[in-house]
Amino acid sequence: MGKTLTIAPVSRLEGHAKVTIDLDDAGNVVDARMQTVELRGFERFAIGRPVEEMPRITTSICGVCPWSHHLASAKTNDAVFGVTPPPAGTKLRELCNSIAFTEEHILHFFFLAGADFVMGPDAEYPVRNVIGIAQANPDIGKKVVRNRHLGAKMLNIVSGKTIHPVTAVPGGFSKPLKEAERQKVLAMAEEVLEFAKFSMSFAKENLFPKYLDVVKTLGVINTGFMGTVKDDGTFDCYDGKIRLMKPDGSHTDFAYDQYLDHISENVLPWSYMKFPYAKSWGEGFDMNLDAPKGIYRTNTLARLNVCDKMSTPLAQAELEEFRKEFGRPAQATLLYNWARLIELLHHAENAVRLLNDPEITSKETRVPVTPRAARGVGCTEAPRGTLIHDYTTDEKGMITKCNLIVGTTHNNAPINMSVKQAATSLIQNGQYDEGILNKVEMAIRAYDPCLSCATHNLDGTIAVSLEIKDADGNVIASMRN
Amino acid sequence: MVKVAEEWLNICGGCEVTILDIGEPLLDLLPSLEFVHIPVLMDHKYHGQTGEGDPNVIEIPEADVGIISGGVRNEKEKHVAEAMRKSCKTLIALGACACNGGIPAMANMDTLQDLYSTVYKESESTEVSETPAENLPPLLDRVYAVDEVVPVDIYIPGCPTNPALIVQAITALLEGKPFELPEKSVCDTCPTKREKKAAEGAAIKRPLDSVDYDENDWENTRCFMEQGILCQGPVTLAGCAEKDEDGTEVPRCVKGYMPCRGCFGPVRKEDNPMVSMMGALSSIGFNARDIEDRKATLSRYVGAHNKLRPMPKRPGE
Repeated sequence: MGKTLTIAPVSRLEGHAKVTIDLDDAGNVVDARMQTVELRGFERFAIGRPVEEMPRITTSICGVCPWSHHLASAKTNDAVFGVTPPPAGTKLRELCNSIAFTEEHILHFFFLAGADFVMGPDAEYPVRNVIGIAQANPDIGKKVVRNRHLGAKMLNIVSGKTIHPVTAVPGGFSKPLKEAERQKVLAMAEEVLEFAKFSMSFAKENLFPKYLDVVKTLGVINTGFMGTVKDDGTFDCYDGKIRLMKPDGSHTDFAYDQYLDHISENVLPWSYMKFPYAKSWGEGFDMNLDAPKGIYRTNTLARLNVCDKMSTPLAQAELEEFRKEFGRPAQATLLYNWARLIELLHHAENAVRLLNDPEITSKETRVPVTPRAARGVGCTEAPRGTLIHDYTTDEKGMITKCNLIVGTTHNNAPINMSVKQAATSLIQNGQYDEGILNKVEMAIRAYDPCLSCATHNLDGTIAVSLEIKDADGNVIASMRN
Repeated sequence: MVKVAEEWLNICGGCEVTILDIGEPLLDLLPSLEFVHIPVLMDHKYHGQTGEGDPNVIEIPEADVGIISGGVRNEKEKHVAEAMRKSCKTLIALGACACNGGIPAMANMDTLQDLYSTVYKESESTEVSETPAENLPPLLDRVYAVDEVVPVDIYIPGCPTNPALIVQAITALLEGKPFELPEKSVCDTCPTKREKKAAEGAAIKRPLDSVDYDENDWENTRCFMEQGILCQGPVTLAGCAEKDEDGTEVPRCVKGYMPCRGCFGPVRKEDNPMVSMMGALSSIGFNARDIEDRKATLSRYVGAHNKLRPMPKRPGE
């Protein structure tokens, strides 16, 4: 055994992770893995809480996608209480979901991962970030900051609280939208839509072509995919059924409460984060790069792969172009970033569509609920993937059991495989530098992992640390984010 | 030019997004600030960029201001907090978790063993397993607030905090002035109408139905607590309200017609919100014992500092 590299912590992603890479005597990669090093215990401390408080507790699993947890929890509450929200209640939830997606995708593309493309993967670290982007391109920097912030402002007007929201309640939405507010938010949504169009064409013209060889090779693996679609196969991030697609493109659709028949979570001794896999494929779990078993991916690329079509025109046109170029299912990992911009466009279009819906300002946004003993499963598509909340209550509506599977967790095995693929192809004969190690991190960043979400059950830290050990196991060098 | 280092410990990332939610004023502040370490945005590593540093020493560059979000959950985070204190002249605890433990400190109601058992042995979707332990930092016995580990100079609470408060604190630091939130409660800043007694026939209810409100007039909207909906405004530090374009400032959950749950923590640092709330309730004619899940609800954001501890075993455990 040669030496072990530990990259810690991985930076420009949410939470903490560490990557360990084992090299043989010749300096070639034997194994590489991403370890998550935290555990928070939400499933445990949910027990005993009033179920209607869960939409206000589970938000703190993630401050970047709090709306996803908030809405999945509210939908689980609907199921537990056995109610259907009035149309305006559902539409306001869906509106907030789409606005939150625009904010989140702008954040990831421009503030986190985008610097690798805008500034280049080998740029010096003090400028390989959003501040560097803003200094080199002040006009774009200003636009980026403004449009991400518009998302926050819109959510503030619609719901009162942007991060860790409170307005999605069992049975609907607690705050109706006033006409004056609708007009204000619509103007902002239209501006974000313009920005989404700009981002798509800017990236297609200036960023992706430059790195197409990297896109087609870095962290590429062959897997299945999972995401949410409507009954007719249309892309949807708020509600629908779950579609699980095999690497060959064949797929099965199932209702939320059937998830235990399709997904199982494996535990490995070196990571607090679990490893979900497609149990219904009957082939078990294996992260072998050449012959993976049971491995599927979630998040942007997965959703675009599983859906038959988009519900909005501009995003549909982009999907068609994307499929023509990369096929279905597209497997290249860095295409997650491309898919993210198509989703940004869709959610901006969708927000404008909902704000033009006359029903959105209805005063009927909520129905009252009565506690009972029941079990409910509620799902949404979080930016990072299918989010599953599963609560059981006693007759007073207090939680007796809670199970959560979150977006990033689904991608734990694929991220590990991409890290291994990237490390194996980039580090050869003991040659590596900061740029190469950053490229390994880029393979992780493509998944936009939210390690706080993923360690909801433990405590939120994925550190990527890189340790180099000599043949006796002594650490001779190390780096961390 | 003020050098700033930022670290996140046992976090959700919401406080970091709140820094971005300062919006365009952030661009005005940026020329006065130099970020020397901030993992969420920048690839500065702990042990040198190519890893030649001592792996046992976490290197944080010297900074005038250090900002820590998140409480302290594992050994590694404890070391990061210590390194931050060492490198930073002024240390800010940002957000409910750093100040008071926050929602993750609800885990302090259970033992670590119970937590592991729920996560790895009892989850229906999980194949029953031992707790992972290979090359992973051990968890501490409970979640700690930052000031239980290292001294803190400035507290900016909230889950998440209010972006305007971050601007105020940084501006004060730039001008060499102190920063402290005034000892006001959320009720002191709430526009709903209070009569200082329970509404006729009101008993403490869970928020299972809408409060009564007049969407065009706060003056015509009765205090939620007086309507019987548990609201922790009386015992919670003010500061969450953001100024709207029309100049109104409404506590943010109230703005969504939902009651306060106390995310800014106690009005005075030494107060225990649970005890204060029970007093506040009886003063307007309610019986605090009617509250379901009282302890966890009233201490939801303040579970560090030993305010939440393991409870007696539930039946059947």
